[in-house]
Amino acid sequence: MTARRTPEPGSWLGIPPFPKAAPGALDKAEQRRNLRHATTSIREKRAERADEVADWEQLRTAAAQIKDRTLRHLEGYLLEAEGAMTAAGVTVHWARDGAEANRIVTDIAHAKGIDELVKIKSMVTQEIELNEHLEANGIAAWETDLAELIVQLGNDLPSHILVPAIHRNRAEVRDIFEVQMGRYGAPAPAAMTDDPAELSAAARSHLREKFLRARMAVSGANFLVAETGTLVVVESEGNGRMCLTLPETVVSIVGIEKLVPTVEDLEIFLKLLPRSSTGERMNPYTSFWNGPTSGDGPQDLHVILLDNGRTNALADPVGRPALRCVRCSACLNICPVYERVGGHAYGSPYPGPIGAILGPQLRGMDDPKDAALPFASTLCGACNDVCPVRIPITDILVHLRREAVDHKKAGRPSAERVAMKAAEWAMAEGPNLERAQGATQAAGRVLRDRWIGPLPLPVASRWLGARDTAPPAARTFRRWWRDHHDEDDR
Amino acid sequence: MPVPAHLPPEPDVRPDATRRDAVDAPAGVAGPAVALFATCIADTMRPSIPIATVTLLERLGCRVSFPERQTCCGQIMTNTGYWDEALPAVRNHVETFAGYDYIVAPSGSCVGSVRDQHAMLARHAGDQSLATAAAAVASRTYELTEFIVDVLGIVDVGAHFPHRVTYHPSCHSARVARVGDRPLQLLRRVRGLDLVPLPEADQCCGFGGTFSLKNPAVSVAMASDKARHVRATDAEFVVSVDHACLMNIGGVLHRQRAGVRTIHLAEVLAATGPETP
Ligand code: SF4
Repeated sequence: MTARRTPEPGSWLGIPPFPKAAPGALDKAEQRRNLRHATTSIREKRAERADEVADWEQLRTAAAQIKDRTLRHLEGYLLEAEGAMTAAGVTVHWARDGAEANRIVTDIAHAKGIDELVKIKSMVTQEIELNEHLEANGIAAWETDLAELIVQLGNDLPSHILVPAIHRNRAEVRDIFEVQMGRYGAPAPAAMTDDPAELSAAARSHLREKFLRARMAVSGANFLVAETGTLVVVESEGNGRMCLTLPETVVSIVGIEKLVPTVEDLEIFLKLLPRSSTGERMNPYTSFWNGPTSGDGPQDLHVILLDNGRTNALADPVGRPALRCVRCSACLNICPVYERVGGHAYGSPYPGPIGAILGPQLRGMDDPKDAALPFASTLCGACNDVCPVRIPITDILVHLRREAVDHKKAGRPSAERVAMKAAEWAMAEGPNLERAQGATQAAGRVLRDRWIGPLPLPVASRWLGARDTAPPAARTFRRWWRDHHDEDDR
Repeated sequence: MPVPAHLPPEPDVRPDATRRDAVDAPAGVAGPAVALFATCIADTMRPSIPIATVTLLERLGCRVSFPERQTCCGQIMTNTGYWDEALPAVRNHVETFAGYDYIVAPSGSCVGSVRDQHAMLARHAGDQSLATAAAAVASRTYELTEFIVDVLGIVDVGAHFPHRVTYHPSCHSARVARVGDRPLQLLRRVRGLDLVPLPEADQCCGFGGTFSLKNPAVSVAMASDKARHVRATDAEFVVSVDHACLMNIGGVLHRQRAGVRTIHLAEVLAATGPETP
């Protein structure tokens, strides 16, 4: 076996289901500080930038409606986009799943004798684990987004959609750069401190030689305009612009939900997206491209239209709005669960509220890790209110919980199911509840005012491990009512 | 006690707000008939909440009844994914309350479930007539502060509660039932009450129904932060319109021997004397 050319990433497979992964994540004090600091400041910025737009709520509605319409007629828009791109000189490929998309990219590189490429930050390539597939086929893929570079050089996994290295602080970044950069290209300058300007200067010179050498780039896309076949990428650092202009060949992998019908529709999304994601009025770099221009920029453009489970979500009227997502990450930043556990515990590159609804839809719920995700939320609803495309995230979570339970019901009866069956009986009518309350009242009479403290019981300890509980009432409300009121008040 | 003056009508944001004219009656004349939805958790665990609700509504001139067939909104089953098991509770709820004009509950979460989930569950089960009936009941269902502020048009309920309190806006009251600042409007008029703002008030307390059992570590991490913010206010009481959240926050505060008590807003509003409930 030949030696690896790029750093070996962390493994999603090694991460247990959310309820098992979360406690460990909570113990990482440094990571919690980083996350708390980062998410708090970015959500304050988002709120400020949203508040200054008078018709923000209408824009959200419009965005949701445009996406819904596109999804309703997706087949037509996809064919329209394919026609427009082909006419502009782009080679269009279709991929049913990640494996097909990965193979297409590899084949393009091999056909040109290319063994290294540069990458624009892209969620979809994380989703299909393109880098590892390329590595296995002798092709080195270099991340050029600063945060993705930190993750790649750190043998790490992304933990946030927008800021994949959000769990790292400056000192950690400095250490990673110092040790790793020299192994994979231009080394970090000697005596580099953790000053952000020095760190980004080191990244710039490390990446520069990769940009200048690269003959091929891989990107995702934020939008694909059906009418014109225009691809759109928004970014903050300009590395994407380098990838889109320097190499001869650009391959863009685009999830089929990224379509918008017309260029005018972009007006709404380009207003919502930067404000929701980075809290900026406008992102620093917005690139549009529309087929090759002779003698200027890349001459060989490819687009891979990827399904990879998206049509499963599309087929489900309740789950479908998840495909409106523009990957702004506002739902992550506002999520109290995400803020505390970070992204890795979700076990996939899509963490937080959107990950909890998207992952199980794209991958199904055969894997216990995916079946646990819809339950990784308190349903507090903060995500619903910030989502720029009004995805009813908590409704979809509850819907997926039912699917997870239905899936489970096929198997052995669980303690939970027994409890829910008991609740079904107790809540079916007043007299049943009253019978059940016989036991709680007896406990209440025994305990009187004494609170219940830690108890070494299997399920109870999950509550009582850190929380006391007041005793149940010795006399329920319905008993009180009967003692105080006549028949006709009931 | 004096009958509080009515405020000018507010914009019609609640379901079926036209029914408000029923209470534009002169002072002293009996107000609307109200069916109390006590909620299973308060009925069983903390009956002082529905008792206070009855006391308060009667003081404000309402005729309160308690349909004894009632049980639960079914949310605990629904949100755990057991929709089939929730359906009998939904059916029972809809049948129990079908005949009432005003259904009032001291809980933002249960009202949210009635409004957001009942018709959906019935549709999922293929029972269109139940869905229609559920939507009708939902349109006549009010969280307590909505009913007092919007329907009765009252913000000063004549309460006296001479304590330092802080208010936790429960997630479901704020983001599902959307009660807005009605609880605060009512609290601000309580005589003797010292209302201290809660830092990071809009953050979830970490309860989340069975989330607290499925992901106890995360739930406790959130509850501890909430308890820390409550303690920072130096309040004697933390107030909310949802008892479930108070059980969670209060559970941590009690374990910490923090000396801060939890109290439902209905209990604060029902209080008329200096003695603590
Ligand atoms: S679900 Fe909404 S808030 Fe979350 S990343 Fe997608 S678009 Fe943004």
